[in-house]
Amino acid sequence: MTTAVFAFYLFAVVLITSAVLVITAKNPVHSVLWLIVSFFNAGGLFILLGAEFLAMLLIIVYVGAVAVLFLFVVMMLDVDFATLRKGFWSNLPLGLGVSAVILAEMVLAVGSWVPAEAVVMGRLPGGAPEGMTNTQWIGSVMYTDYLFVFQAAGLVLLVAMIGAIVLTHRTREGVKRQDIGRQVARTPAGATQTARPALGAGVDLRGMDK
Amino acid sequence: MIGLSHYLTVSAMLFVLGVLGIFLNRKNVIIILMAIELILLAVNINFVAFAAHLGQVHGQIFAMLVLTVAAGEAAIGLAILVIYFRNRGTIAVDDATMLKG
Repeated sequence: MTTAVFAFYLFAVVLITSAVLVITAKNPVHSVLWLIVSFFNAGGLFILLGAEFLAMLLIIVYVGAVAVLFLFVVMMLDVDFATLRKGFWSNLPLGLGVSAVILAEMVLAVGSWVPAEAVVMGRLPGGAPEGMTNTQWIGSVMYTDYLFVFQAAGLVLLVAMIGAIVLTHRTREGVKRQDIGRQVARTPAGATQTARPALGAGVDLRGMDK
Repeated sequence: MIGLSHYLTVSAMLFVLGVLGIFLNRKNVIIILMAIELILLAVNINFVAFAAHLGQVHGQIFAMLVLTVAAGEAAIGLAILVIYFRNRGTIAVDDATMLKG
């Protein structure tokens, strides 16, 4: 058993085990932590496949951003997760049945699949042009052939960012904010008043620009 | 020797676990979102495995696009979850019946 084979089975077994724990953990915080473990191991599989850049990207994006976002939301929401878990065991038979059907279909599809004659299979790891690292290879294709797709991905991220901000933003009542337009439009005529009130009488400030 | 079918098997198992997770945690939106992340990860493993075995880089680029969409989906999904919790005080999926006619 070579190191690569051992590494594949290690990553694969830990990946599947942690995925099982993600969906069965009682505490959603534990689910997020197992999700992080599964992403690390998927990154390991990517490295075995020769996709180092994607492996690092997976760890940075998922572990660094998405998992932390999940953790943040899980800890911020004050939810009784025990009541949300009701029906876990009663859903199990149906879920296992549907999952078994999907898995059987996938195994049948992959088992009966034969690549076309022109397709060269079985080159592992993938061959970058000589003298080129995986990152250079991805960049040289993505910024030329896939330029518009790359830009569209940027637009997706922009829309997601604006959408998340618009959805969660709220203007609170009773918060004093600076209104620059009102400040600039303020003149002495509207804001001050010369008065000579009689002894014991007040000054009526209603109607003044406060 | 580890071949394409090994990676496809791992990916199929991960996909099915994601589907199973949606079935088991039908009330908890957070776990459902995590199960969707698992499904997208399975798709990514498929893309990268085929890219490696065809000696091409296109699969890796598409995996990166899937990663982008997954990140955006998680951000929007969690934002919707936060405002839903703010309005209703719960995140149970079967309580989301306000649009019912």
